[in-house]
Amino acid sequence: MSEVKKIATRESYGHALVELGEQHENIVVLDADLAEATKTGIFKKAFPERHIDCGIAESNMMGIAAGLAATGKVPFASSFAMFAAGRAFEQIRNSIGYPHLNVKIGATHAGISVGEDGATHQCNEDIALMRTIPGMVVINPSDDIEARAAVKAAYEHVGPVYMRFGRLAVPVINDNPDYKFELGKGVVLREGTDLTIVATGLCVGESLAAAEKLAEDGISVQVINIHTIKPIDADLIAEAAKKTGRIVTVEEHSVIGGLGSAVCDVLCEREPVKVLKIGMNDMFGESGPAVKLLEKYGLDAAGIYQKIKEWNK
Amino acid sequence: MDVIELKKTANEVRKGIVTAVHAAKAGHPGGSLSAADVFTYLYFEEMNIDPKNPQKPDRDRFVLSKGHTAPGLYSTLAQRGYFPVEDLKTLRHIGSYLQGHPDMKHIPGVDMSSGSLGQGISAAVGMALSAKLSHEDYRVYTLLGDGEIQEGQVWEAAMFAGHRQLDNLVVIVDNNGLQIDGNVADVCSPYPIDKKFEAFNFHVIADVDAHDFEALAAAFKEARETKGMPTAIILKSTKGKGVSFMENKAGWHGKAPNDEEYAIAMDELEKAGEALCQK
Repeated sequence: MSEVKKIATRESYGHALVELGEQHENIVVLDADLAEATKTGIFKKAFPERHIDCGIAESNMMGIAAGLAATGKVPFASSFAMFAAGRAFEQIRNSIGYPHLNVKIGATHAGISVGEDGATHQCNEDIALMRTIPGMVVINPSDDIEARAAVKAAYEHVGPVYMRFGRLAVPVINDNPDYKFELGKGVVLREGTDLTIVATGLCVGESLAAAEKLAEDGISVQVINIHTIKPIDADLIAEAAKKTGRIVTVEEHSVIGGLGSAVCDVLCEREPVKVLKIGMNDMFGESGPAVKLLEKYGLDAAGIYQKIKEWNK
Repeated sequence: MDVIELKKTANEVRKGIVTAVHAAKAGHPGGSLSAADVFTYLYFEEMNIDPKNPQKPDRDRFVLSKGHTAPGLYSTLAQRGYFPVEDLKTLRHIGSYLQGHPDMKHIPGVDMSSGSLGQGISAAVGMALSAKLSHEDYRVYTLLGDGEIQEGQVWEAAMFAGHRQLDNLVVIVDNNGLQIDGNVADVCSPYPIDKKFEAFNFHVIADVDAHDFEALAAAFKEARETKGMPTAIILKSTKGKGVSFMENKAGWHGKAPNDEEYAIAMDELEKAGEALCQK
């Protein structure tokens, strides 16, 4: 059996930036002293003059990005999710969101899969924060292929985009010739009739594995990948609820305000059904190897399987 | 434009400020009036702009980092011909394009939305960096309050601008000495302002009389001639300048005149305008 290929989506971000940089002169990549970790260092190597290290000053970096966008550049402002969406929230809201400037925010190290650095660096709140900003597009890709496509789609979209990437290498799940990334469109990865898992980011791969296991127990699970959390694919989610009834959301993010909440927003208006939200409950993470943390907090395939089994009783 | 004409124009700008804030029944006259002369100088003398083509790509940029003094900027833009002076009376009214704080999406001549203190300077730095990256000649000006520089982001931006030697950037500080809660020196002193910017690798032109057009002309000329580093111009100004009862009163930071106060203020400004015409 061949090993499953695993790549961290932050790596994909760095490589996609280089490809875009080759095609478009107006791309400028900003970082805040984390170029090695966010992987914008890959871009820096290819285009040193268009890589601007702002130092450890994320708030100023977002403002600089706004100024660059206001003068025709397409800046990709990069940091850890905690410091991009968290520390610089108000700069993003007022200097980028309000004037609807064409700034792309590349936020890496999202969620508990940051691992050993622990709770101060594990951002489980960024989706909630970013999706409340009017006009902000929020993307959380599931693997390398989707992440690269997302970066290109973000460039093509005119307006602010928040992209969420992970530190942990995750399996490539979208390596099929028909794969196509459409901003705002969810993807049905597996058909089923008993319930639908709506997942995002690295939880998509884990949810597919959980669905396999549930099938062995005679539970037919549909799996939808929501890479664009805003604007969300409301039609697809409502259709799934109509077809399978119950919905399970899975995300490496707080169950407050993230994908689960966004799905519930759609369902309570369009197709009210029971929803199980799997994610980080109202709590902070902790230090530990990423894989162990995903296991501990029930965000791996086994945890997702177990929670659905219990709910399904 | 000679000094008398600039003074007349600034007086008209002041009338517009008082009229707009009175009509809005809210807004920030004190800091708008303290900056009325520098607004006038920038838009009538210093900057390469075209009111008929507000988006002209090679224009100089202005970012009002102390965004609450929007009435001052709007009144100047109206005087310069970006939109009708009459529209100033719609400031802060529902449905008006003249928002309480600068809105680049809807107001001709506004290069950056601002209002949350400390943020405008970063955008201005980004614009100056942008010009350097694509080898363009436009210059970038940003106006900050002396209270505003208590925001840490200002110094993040200053550090970056100094480090990148952005000599196409002019940071102007309107040092009128007052903020909402009182004297800046008492609330949380930003002094010495000049030494702080020097330490951040700026060329500093300090103690410039904000209400003397010749002093302003000399300062902006010096900024233009400064190469290899950004310039900070520290303006010594009078909050509420031109309206006697508003001068040097923190209480007029964010308060609109009532009908009676409006009449007195306009009468004073009318008389100041008439006196200038006799010169």
